[in-house]
Amino acid sequence: MSKMSYSIPIGPIHPALKEPVMFEFEIEGERIVGVDFKVGHVHRGIEWIGTQKNPLQILPIAERICGICNISHPIAFCMATEEAAGIEVPERAQYIRTITAELERIHSHILWAGVAAHEIGFDSVLYLTWRVREKVLDLIEYLTGNRITKAMFTVGGVRRDITEEQYPKIREALNYYKEMFNKLKHVFLDDKTVKMRSRDCGILTKKEALELCAVGPTARASGVKKDVRVDYAYAAYGDLDMKTVTPDAVTGEVKGDVYDRIIVRLLEVAQSVDIIEQCIDNMPSGDLVTEPKPAKLLALLRKAVGEGVGRAEAPRGEVIHYVKLTGEEHPYTWKVRAPTYNNLMPWIPMLMGEQIADIPIVAASTDPCMSCTNRVTVVKKGRVDILDHEHLHKLSVEKTRRLMQ
Amino acid sequence: MSKKLLTPEELVKDLKQAFKSKIKDAKIERRAVGVKKKERTALWLKADKESLHDIVKHLKNYDYPHLAVVSGNDLGKTIELIYHFTVYYGNPLQEILINISVELPKEKPAIPTITDIIPGALVTEREKQEMLGVKIEGIPDGRRIFLPDDFPEDVYPWRKDEKGPQKMVRDLYEVKK
Repeated sequence: MSKMSYSIPIGPIHPALKEPVMFEFEIEGERIVGVDFKVGHVHRGIEWIGTQKNPLQILPIAERICGICNISHPIAFCMATEEAAGIEVPERAQYIRTITAELERIHSHILWAGVAAHEIGFDSVLYLTWRVREKVLDLIEYLTGNRITKAMFTVGGVRRDITEEQYPKIREALNYYKEMFNKLKHVFLDDKTVKMRSRDCGILTKKEALELCAVGPTARASGVKKDVRVDYAYAAYGDLDMKTVTPDAVTGEVKGDVYDRIIVRLLEVAQSVDIIEQCIDNMPSGDLVTEPKPAKLLALLRKAVGEGVGRAEAPRGEVIHYVKLTGEEHPYTWKVRAPTYNNLMPWIPMLMGEQIADIPIVAASTDPCMSCTNRVTVVKKGRVDILDHEHLHKLSVEKTRRLMQ
Repeated sequence: MSKKLLTPEELVKDLKQAFKSKIKDAKIERRAVGVKKKERTALWLKADKESLHDIVKHLKNYDYPHLAVVSGNDLGKTIELIYHFTVYYGNPLQEILINISVELPKEKPAIPTITDIIPGALVTEREKQEMLGVKIEGIPDGRRIFLPDDFPEDVYPWRKDEKGPQKMVRDLYEVKK
């Protein structure tokens, strides 16, 4: 630490999101010259718990790794287990998996857009986006019976059908998003306030994104074309016509800043609408599960020996699960890797050189999800010198006001 | 990428040529999904722990290897680390998942760091140190990452032997903070 700098701990109460992470910033005046972080405050030991349960008991746990990615984690776990046990999934089930995964992406990206607007003090947009998001939550509830934890998956298929009688409601919601898309695009991409706070802020270059193994919209906004759905066939994605989204589609160039991350997420909402339409237009008929009787399925899994990797593109990036079965009741190993795990390191180059007031929006721009990343319980001694979220948020709002004058 | 993409078979052949007997058990797994039965490919390799660093360096000839994560197994006498890489991303349906497995003896579970090749490997290497008790040689930052600072020394949550968490979980009252 140089003579001129001082260090500020921020957290474990989170500066930008409502989840705990501990940052330690080295500051010279207003500028950030050093960043360190500590995670693990909500580590619940889920991987260890999983090795004490059978695969069907793990499913509800996998669903609760993350409140938002409650499709991505079970889908990755199912795929890993299916690979390990050599189970094939019926085509119809793969299409239904794809539809639910895309509904999750729509709601997650719109939720993020609201949070990002809130971080820069633009609360009317928060209210707008979260109202828009209600429509997809209603649709999810209509299709799966629940708004958040959907319990749609089982090893070897899905537990609920999406029937033709339900298509009109799906189409109605998709049309609503098509109409709303231009409005949201106008609010986020043409607005002066959003642009001022997000353009050239929190830059992650393509080289840094590659070296630090960034995933998801964070990587794509820096020009790394990496999308599991496009690159690696799983569920129904191999059949669909889709392209990896990068920000140059709108601006003609890739800067890798917060603004580019907004573009990528917005375009992905439109892409998800398109994917769901393709899926319901081409939905194959057939079974929903390979083995409908849970007892028989468990007996099959108990005998299985092998290992498998399941990868899925969650709204925040690639989720990867590794499962090893050794012919016992419980899996021998279960490793979960959530996207934020890989998007931790990219925070460092993004935050370097920025101002304290930019911390909330830059930290939020990767859409971090700490519960996903951490998995064991921790008790942390209280710290007195904490810059809490309220204070940081105030700083951020003040900066927006200053820029507007 | 302007470079020609290798097929999984060519990739295995090239790796075997470069590393000979240091790579054992190369297995190509394909699975077809969807109605159009498009395939995805995964390679499973077993490698010597001494040559892992060179293999990762060699992967750079194909594409910048994206390290997804390192997963680990306690296999009794050895600790297995599996490095999950992907190459050729950005090319629709042509990405190859490369899983490289290395086994480390329990008496001295140590492996050189790959952060000099892929700096982003740091988080997962730190996690392997605290969860499996593996020593990553030359790691630039060896602190714990997920476990709290007052977690007992020499207890490794993913171990299945006497260093595992079973006793600690059963007799939680004995744990000194």
